[in-house]
Amino acid sequence: MTPVATSFFFYLLSGLALLGGVLVITRRNPVHSALALILTLLALAGIYLMLYAPFVAGVQILLYAGGIMVLFLFVIMLVNIGRAEKEKQFNKQWIVSFVAAAVTGLLFVWILTKSPLLRQIAQKAPMQLPEASNTQDVGNLLYGQYMLSFEIASLLLLVAIVGAVVMAKKRI
Amino acid sequence: MPAITPIHYLILAAALFALGTIGVLTRRNVVIVLMSIELILNAVNLNLVAFSRLWGLQGQVFAIFVITDAAAEAAWGLGILIAFFRNRETVNVDEVDLLKW
Amino acid sequence: MLNYVTSYLNSNVTPGQAGNVFWAFVYIMVVFAGISLAVVAMNWLERKALAHMQVRLGPMRVGPHGLLQPIADAIKLLLKEDIIPDRADKAVFWAAPFMVVMAAFTTYIVVPFGPTHAITDMNIGILFMLGVSSLGVLGIVMAGWASNSNYPLMGALRSSAQMISYEVAMGMAVVSAVVMTSLNDKGVGTLSMIGIVQAQQQQGIWFAFKFFPLGFVALGIFAIAMVAETNRAPFDLPEAESELTAGFHTEYSGFRWSLFMLGEYAAMIAVSSVAVTLWLGGWLRPFPNALSGSGWDFVFSLFPGFTFLILAGFAFLGVIRMPKHPYFKAETLGLAGFAGALGLIGLILFIPPVRDRIEDIYWFIAKVAVFMYLYIWYRATFPRYRFDQLMKVGWKVLLPTAIGVLIFTAVLGVTIK
Repeated sequence: MTPVATSFFFYLLSGLALLGGVLVITRRNPVHSALALILTLLALAGIYLMLYAPFVAGVQILLYAGGIMVLFLFVIMLVNIGRAEKEKQFNKQWIVSFVAAAVTGLLFVWILTKSPLLRQIAQKAPMQLPEASNTQDVGNLLYGQYMLSFEIASLLLLVAIVGAVVMAKKRI
Repeated sequence: MPAITPIHYLILAAALFALGTIGVLTRRNVVIVLMSIELILNAVNLNLVAFSRLWGLQGQVFAIFVITDAAAEAAWGLGILIAFFRNRETVNVDEVDLLKW
Repeated sequence: MLNYVTSYLNSNVTPGQAGNVFWAFVYIMVVFAGISLAVVAMNWLERKALAHMQVRLGPMRVGPHGLLQPIADAIKLLLKEDIIPDRADKAVFWAAPFMVVMAAFTTYIVVPFGPTHAITDMNIGILFMLGVSSLGVLGIVMAGWASNSNYPLMGALRSSAQMISYEVAMGMAVVSAVVMTSLNDKGVGTLSMIGIVQAQQQQGIWFAFKFFPLGFVALGIFAIAMVAETNRAPFDLPEAESELTAGFHTEYSGFRWSLFMLGEYAAMIAVSSVAVTLWLGGWLRPFPNALSGSGWDFVFSLFPGFTFLILAGFAFLGVIRMPKHPYFKAETLGLAGFAGALGLIGLILFIPPVRDRIEDIYWFIAKVAVFMYLYIWYRATFPRYRFDQLMKVGWKVLLPTAIGVLIFTAVLGVTIK
C-alpha cells in the first residue's frame, strides 16, 4: 500500500524538524528551546510513521515527547533564574565550533550523495515491512533474539532511577 | 520532484546531527547543552530507522534501545544539574571548571 | 472521482486502511462534530445532575429546564475580554491551550465506534492513545509557567506530577488487558483497538469478567487512574477553587479558558473510550455468551429505539409539568418540539436497515455515557484528596496492585489453556 503524497509530507515534516532544531540551539529562553525540541520530536515521529515503523513512532511520542520533555520542563522551571537570561548566550569558541560542525555535516552530505556504494544501496528495493504486524515482529525480536540486551536495558533504567534520586537528594 | 529514497532521510539525519553538535559546543546553558545531546540521539535514531527500511527490523529494535538509553541519560544529567545548581546557583557551563572549591 | 467516493462503501476496513482520503475526512468531521456536541451535552448534564444530587434544581431559566444554558455559556465566553498578564510569556501563553486541545482531540483517530467505524486502525492503537494523551501534560505545564504567577505555577506542577504518577498505573492496567488478547490459538496478541474488541468477541467474554476478579481489578485500577489523569474530582486539587484559585488556568479568561474546558471534557471521553474498548467489549452487545441466539439479538437491537423513546417520554413529562402561564408559552413549545424530535429519532431507529448500522455505535456510546455519568457521580459524592494522599495512593496502592494483576494475568494465561 503506497502512502499518500509521500514527498509533500516528507518535506513538510523534515522542514519542521530542521526548524525545531535551529530554534533549540538559538533561543535565549530554555523553555522556548524545550518547546522547539518537542516540535522536532513530533515531526520525527511522523517521519518514522512514513518509514513503516509505527512502534518506534509510538514509543517516541510516549517516552520522548511525553516523558523526557516533561522531565526537562520540570527541571528548567526549578533552575530558571533570571540571571541566566541576561548573560551571553554563546561562548568564546562559537566560530570555531560552528565551522567544525558545519564542515562535518557537509562532509556527511557529500559522502551520501556522491558515493557509488551508497547510491547502490539506495537503489535497493525497500523490504516489505508489513505494517499490520510491526509490533508483533518487533516484540518477537526483542524477546527472542535480543533478550539479553532487553534485560540489560531494564537494569540500566533501574540504575538511572537510583542514580537520579541519589544525585538530587539534599542529604545522602 | 524526485522520489524519496532513503538517502533523503540520511541527509536529514546528518543535518540534525550537525545542529546538535553546534548546540553542544557553543551554548553556555547546561540545559540547552543536554537538549542538543537529545537532538544528536534523535539523528542517530532516524539513521537507524531509515536503514531498517532496507535491511529488516533490527534497526527499529536498536532505535528502541537508543530511546531507552536517552531517557536514562537525561534523568541522570538533570540530577547532576540539580545537585550542581544547589551548590553554585548557576547553570553556566563555563563555571563548572573546578573539581574542588 | 465518483468511483473513488463510492468504492469505499463496499469495503470492510476503516478509511485509513483503505487509503481513502475523502471518507477519512468525512469521518473526521463527523467525529469532531459528535465530540463537540457531547461536550456541550456533558456540560449541561453535569450542572443538572450535580444540582439534583445536592437537592437543588440547577439551571432552569435559560431554556426549558436549562437546556440552552451551554449555548449561553459559550456566547458569554466568546464575548469576554481576553486578559493576558503583563509579564507573561506571550508565545507560550498562546500555545498552551491549543496543545491541550490538540492532544485531547488527536486521540480520537483510533477510537473504534464499530468494526469498521473508526477513522483508522493503527497497529499501535492503544499505544498511540496513551502517548498522545500524555502530551496534554505538556500543555498544562506550559500554561502554568507562562502565566508568570504563583498559584498557576504551583497548580501546574502539582497537576503534572499527579498526571504522570497515574499514567504509570494506567499503563500497567492496559498491558494486562493486552496480555489477555493473546490468549487465542495462535498465541499472538494485538495493540490495535479494533483487534482488542475482536479478541473479546472471539473469546466470547468481556475482559472485565475474564479470570474473575483479575479483569475487574484491572478495570477498577484503570477507572481510578483515569479520573486522576483528567484532573477530576476527587483528584482535582490542582484546579479546585478553594485551594489554588483555579490552579493552572487562573490567568486564562474567555475563549482560552473555554479551550481548556473543551480539552478536559474531550480527554474524559477519550479515556472512557479506552476503558470501554479494553474491558467492556467496545461495540459488543451485553451478554454475548449467556444470552446468545437470534431471538436475543433481535431484543438487543431494539434498545436504541427504546432509549430515545424513553428520553422523549421524560421530555414530554416535563412539558406536561410546565406552569400554565403565558410567560412560559415559548419554553413549553420548545420543550415539546425537543420531545418530538427525540421521539422521531427513536422511531427512525426502529427501521431494520438503520437498526443494523446503528447497533454497534449505539452500544459503544451507551457504555461511554455510563462512564460519563460515573464521573459526575464521583464529583458529587467524594471529598477531595489532599496532594500527599493523592501521590501516596498513586504510587503505593495503585502501582503495586497493577503489577500484581499483570503478573497473575500472565501466569493464569499461560497455565490455563
